[in-house]
Amino acid sequence: MTELRGIYTLWLREIKRYIRDRARIISSFVQPLLWLAIFGSGIRFSSQIGNLTPQQFIFPGIIGQTLLFTSMFMGISVIWDREFGFMKEILVAPISHFSVFLGKMLGDSTDAVIQGIIVFALGLVFGIKLNMLIFLEALPIMILITFGLVGIGLTVASFMESLESFGVIQSFINLPLFFLSGAIFPITTSGPYAVPYWLQIVSRFDPLTYGVTALRVIVLGGGEWQTQTYAPPFYLDLAIIVGFDLIMIIIGTLAFSRRK
Amino acid sequence: MAVDKLNICVERGEVFGLLGPNGAGKTTTISMLCTILKPTSGWAKVSGFDVVKQSALVRKSIGIVFQDPSIDDRLTGRENLYMHANLYGVPPGEQRSRIDRVLKLVELEKRADDLMRTYSGGMRRRLEIARGLIHYPKVLFLDEPTIGLDPQTREHIWTYIEDLRKAQDITVVLTTHYMDEADRLSDKIAIMDYGKIVASDTPANLKETLEGDVIMVETKEPEKLSSILAGTVGIIRTNIAGDEVELTVRGGKALLPRIVEAAAKNGVFVESVSLREPNLADVFLHYTGRAIRTQSGDELHGLSAIKRRAIR
Repeated sequence: MTELRGIYTLWLREIKRYIRDRARIISSFVQPLLWLAIFGSGIRFSSQIGNLTPQQFIFPGIIGQTLLFTSMFMGISVIWDREFGFMKEILVAPISHFSVFLGKMLGDSTDAVIQGIIVFALGLVFGIKLNMLIFLEALPIMILITFGLVGIGLTVASFMESLESFGVIQSFINLPLFFLSGAIFPITTSGPYAVPYWLQIVSRFDPLTYGVTALRVIVLGGGEWQTQTYAPPFYLDLAIIVGFDLIMIIIGTLAFSRRK
Repeated sequence: MAVDKLNICVERGEVFGLLGPNGAGKTTTISMLCTILKPTSGWAKVSGFDVVKQSALVRKSIGIVFQDPSIDDRLTGRENLYMHANLYGVPPGEQRSRIDRVLKLVELEKRADDLMRTYSGGMRRRLEIARGLIHYPKVLFLDEPTIGLDPQTREHIWTYIEDLRKAQDITVVLTTHYMDEADRLSDKIAIMDYGKIVASDTPANLKETLEGDVIMVETKEPEKLSSILAGTVGIIRTNIAGDEVELTVRGGKALLPRIVEAAAKNGVFVESVSLREPNLADVFLHYTGRAIRTQSGDELHGLSAIKRRAIR
């Protein structure tokens, strides 16, 4: 019971901090908006993907990108807490490090998912066919992807000494995960326009690939695009995302348990 | 090695002062007792629990006020307290009344719903002390409770600590490099230097070990004066510090005129003379052979250092 209340109070703290930071909420959808409006309008794929426009195709990818970038950014809170001493208050509290990590992860994930929902709603502006049912199906997927991604952010941040070094490492992680996931271009697997073989292989090791594919199935429906690009079946997407979450929770807890 | 083979015993209900200059190992000692750091050897028990093997139980029974600020300044005072209450498993039904009580104790009821970032340094410190009390700790650790605060706020916090032990059954361990703080608050003091305890007793006993008063004589020729005075009955120890000759004497009041007389007779001009009872600074000097290093604030790192300066 104490552990649960500890997790709850740490979760609540992250939410309060997020809600009070209005600048962050307002600026949160500017970047995805630019991607969808400018990049989405300008890009032309070398081959037609299903019957989708490039803008439609990248829309689920941009949701994934938002979740990824926001989740990684959340790692900053760990460094912040350490610099301002608040981490000590949490770590000497009589709750387990597992609960500390979980509380923080759940709080940061909630913030990131809220950003994801804002971007999801942007889809209406760009003529993506969305309804409540699609939203309710997409939400759990968004949440599941976010857990693991926040886990990466928190774990990496717990090893960083300063905000600056975290900033550098962050883009080292963000960009490969983003580009390799097939978020903004199709990982085409056959025909004259197939992407290089190595790219097809490496993209399979990117957890975001499975998140973006799952979102695409829900938002755009199945179709020809699944045979043209690397698109594992939905159940496999789900299994890999959940597995990734569990691994990150274990690694994160271990990272938070190091006593210096 | 920051801390080397300490042997300390603190009685229940006592205020125990760990006195030493910056870098003496006080915070390291406290960190080990609070289970933040693991000792490389030896053992310690806090309220009956082993700090290594039963760290969770230790954490439940202690309250800590860290040397550096450790609050969330984006939350209000009350929110910080609620969070602490939840982290320490205070029953939800009791949280409200306990929080109101500690807020009253540190006189922050009116500011409780303001964001912490609007608090002054002294108010933050008081809130941290209040926070350390919410879960009814058996032992309260205060690491440099008044570092960087103005004299009025220090006085305020000292009064809280004194009131606190009258009102509650609590043991307090405090570290400080301020002599006056240790003297005023502690029942027992351990003087720490270079990771070792050099003396440990009540403040009164420690001062008594010096067995005498201190006479300071300011003169242009301190060496000459000290050789003139050598052998005078009643002078226990002579020490030259700059333009001053510091004499530890028995029966200072009677000896003072004799000293001035002897100086005048030998042609040494005395600029000023003062007589005082020994204080802890003398005790420290006596045990370590040097004055306490009083530079402050150099133990802060990174953003907290900038922050602390901003608070001042």
